[in-house]
Amino acid sequence: MATTTAKPETLVGKRIRRREDPRLITGTATYVDDIQMPGLHHACIVRSPHGAAKIKSINIQPALKFPGVAAVFTGKDTENVGPVPCGSSLPGLRVPHHHILAMDRVYFVGHPVAVVVATDRYVARDAAEAIEVEYDPLPAVSDPEKALASGAPAVHPEWPDNVAFNYHQDGGDIEKAFAEAEVVVKQRITSQRLIPSAMETRGVVAQWLAGDRALTLHTSTQVPHLVRTLVAQMLGLEENRLRVITPEVGGGFGSKLNIYAEEALMGFIAMKIGKPVKWIESRRENFTCTIHGRGHVDYYEVAAKKDGTVLGIKLKLIQDLGAYHQLLTPAIPTLSVLMMPGLYKCQNIRADIVGVFTNAVPTDAYRGAGRPEATHGIERMMDVLAAELKMDPVDVRRKNFVANDAFPFHTATGLVYDSGNYAAPLDKALETVNYKKLREEQKEARSVGRLMGIGLSTYGEICAIGPSPATPAGGWESATVKIEPSGKVTVMTGASPHGQGEETTFAQVAADELGVGIDDVLVIHGDTAIVQYGIGTFGSRGTAIGGAAMYYAIQELKEKITKFGALLLESEDVSFVNGACVDNKTGKSIPLAQIAAASYRAMKLPPKTEPGLVATYFWEPPNFTFPFGAHIVVTEVDRETGNIEIKRYVACDDCGNILNPLIVEGQVHGGVAQGLGQALWEQAVYDDSGQLVTGEFMDYAVAKASSMPWIETSHTVTPSPVNPLGVKGVGEAGTIGCSPAVVNSVVDALSPLGIRHIDMPMTPEKIWNLIQAGEHA
Amino acid sequence: MTRSITLTLNGTKRTDTVEPRLLLIHYLREVAGLTGPHIGCETSLCGACTVHVDGKAVKSCTMFAVQADGANVLTIEGLDASGTLDPMQEAFWNEHGLQCGFCTPGMIMTAKQIIERNPSPTDEEIREGLEGNLCRCTGYQHIVNAVRSLAAKA
Repeated sequence: MATTTAKPETLVGKRIRRREDPRLITGTATYVDDIQMPGLHHACIVRSPHGAAKIKSINIQPALKFPGVAAVFTGKDTENVGPVPCGSSLPGLRVPHHHILAMDRVYFVGHPVAVVVATDRYVARDAAEAIEVEYDPLPAVSDPEKALASGAPAVHPEWPDNVAFNYHQDGGDIEKAFAEAEVVVKQRITSQRLIPSAMETRGVVAQWLAGDRALTLHTSTQVPHLVRTLVAQMLGLEENRLRVITPEVGGGFGSKLNIYAEEALMGFIAMKIGKPVKWIESRRENFTCTIHGRGHVDYYEVAAKKDGTVLGIKLKLIQDLGAYHQLLTPAIPTLSVLMMPGLYKCQNIRADIVGVFTNAVPTDAYRGAGRPEATHGIERMMDVLAAELKMDPVDVRRKNFVANDAFPFHTATGLVYDSGNYAAPLDKALETVNYKKLREEQKEARSVGRLMGIGLSTYGEICAIGPSPATPAGGWESATVKIEPSGKVTVMTGASPHGQGEETTFAQVAADELGVGIDDVLVIHGDTAIVQYGIGTFGSRGTAIGGAAMYYAIQELKEKITKFGALLLESEDVSFVNGACVDNKTGKSIPLAQIAAASYRAMKLPPKTEPGLVATYFWEPPNFTFPFGAHIVVTEVDRETGNIEIKRYVACDDCGNILNPLIVEGQVHGGVAQGLGQALWEQAVYDDSGQLVTGEFMDYAVAKASSMPWIETSHTVTPSPVNPLGVKGVGEAGTIGCSPAVVNSVVDALSPLGIRHIDMPMTPEKIWNLIQAGEHA
Repeated sequence: MTRSITLTLNGTKRTDTVEPRLLLIHYLREVAGLTGPHIGCETSLCGACTVHVDGKAVKSCTMFAVQADGANVLTIEGLDASGTLDPMQEAFWNEHGLQCGFCTPGMIMTAKQIIERNPSPTDEEIREGLEGNLCRCTGYQHIVNAVRSLAAKA
């Protein structure tokens, strides 16, 4: 007889090693490229080498001569597929028609032009190289400010000003705030274009079974159900005939929160040739054709009183959109506006966004998506203000924090901050570094000419994205929990984790709630034929919304379990505790496994109760969650080389309740690595002809083991009242808290040279030039 | 034009006929069916394809299969062939040295090499040793912890 294992103690909150790891550490996990099928064909895509050009002709004949080539398709063949969808709608938004293959014009380097399908990966590449495309190159523009200048080349000829949209938001009385200001500080701040660089590039395997009218797409995505709905639309296929399977996904960071041309293209090919087809993105393609992130030029003005009280914040935001809108492209900068006031109580804001077309791959959600830009802006401005007022950056922040008794707090941008104690992580981080002593050390260092810097950020972020009215698709999440006849528990989550460890954390919660062992729980995700409709994993929402959905499904089951328990114990006073129903009068009990078996055997049923133990719950969150924290960075800059050494990195984050500290630490570390990447090394650079000159890992510097500092993590815990788990989300915190703390630290180091601001990435060359200029000023 | 190659792969000798231009990583994944080593860049920059060739950690996208003729090749799949996890696999699991897992097979093969060459590396030596393997998820800290957990106490 099947039994459940004994459960000794509470699992939530424990450092439990991950249950997804055995397949990953043994090399037996299945990523898209690991999928093999009889008759599998391979696709290779011909892409534009130009930033902007007219296509004069395409000669596919040479490709067709290669033995093994099954087909070649160009834009004319796929004209009726698509378009690639944009999910966000802003008033007056200009939306260019985004064909899955270029028609008569290309708009960015990497724009897909043709596709070769062959029986062999190498042959497909050989044949793709043989295709002759004649281009008539056009002037291109890839800098958003240059694109706004009069006379700039038009990315889309129909919109010569390159403006995709203007967006305005006011909160409070900004005119009054600036009229009453005792001091106004202004700064231009950029958040450069970044390349998400998931280690697994994108990939698709499509299989069409004509007899069943059934298309299966295996695709490396964060949002399998959204892919199903939208790719079915693109292909004109009934949604229930498309199955999307998300196998193991090798990182996303927002870059796989999208619907891509290649997903529809592979479906189209499979249906055309009647054979399964695989496309695996090369790294070069990943750099040129998968969405980029950030791409801001921000003009900030902050009005304040002499005591440091911030009265008003103005922001003019220029967003580099690229040539098209991908799923969320225009929506990302609006998230920046929402987060403009940071952790501060300032009630007067004005924001103006202009979204600009450029000859570049679209920008979209990349780890933090709009919030790192906003946090970088406000946290830099707090330091600029502190410098202006000759105040300590810590004091300026304390002066403006939302007070502990002000929650739920209504912001000037229309958000309601759920809970917070903003001084707590700051205090803890200051104590960790011994701030007072550190400032004394800095004085000594400066007295001997050393460039030592201390920088901090007190960041907030919007997580658990999000309530449905605030998101382009639904913002809820779903879970089905099944207690099988043996008592084993199967959880199917609509979230689609890809490295975040929810197979473990969800099992911890389910095991605690149902009083079973963690090995009795299996968490399944990422197959639209198995899992109920769901939204996906992004915006630090997996646990805060998906976990909550599972929690509520379990509560429904517990009620049902209790009903069956009462029936079996022949008692009306029964409780479900520690995996068994107990008769509160007699103390007699019956374990979950027996109750489950009886519920399926169904010899007797409680009144108005269905057989079986299955519950599905779609949970709509009433609000976002708002994690926060403080990062402190100590740097030393080498005067001779401009090199920045990170002497200490201290991160104190408050992400609400912590389900598994090991996993939370990992999320913070990884987030910080990407934040440091932006602060110090990473930048997607297009030249004036629209050529991506950072097109490989050789030119685009992501963090290496040797370039990362030791990260000292700690936490404060302020539970969120928004969801029953009290969690807030932690996937993006590290990235959001990081970059302003690092830049503030380096600006602080160079402040004796009169430096007030540095744009990212702070490469040694840039720093060396600043030092030279500062020393000779 | 094809050539016959014979090599010892995870302890078993095998012979295959391959195109001379076939990369070792494609041979391993598509001919030998070992999909543990991954392709992250095809330009020898990311290290996801790292395997051991005659005891040396090698990025298998920078080598042709024919160059492995006669060699002894060990992939991630060979580490737990006995049914027991290799201590380095266990260390990555214990220390949460992976998130999405894509870089992990290559990372573990490189990590093994670090300890083989220097049984008691410092943190700095571990980080230098890992430099050729990129991870976008972990920030490397838990990977360093994993390798250090196997370092002999000096």
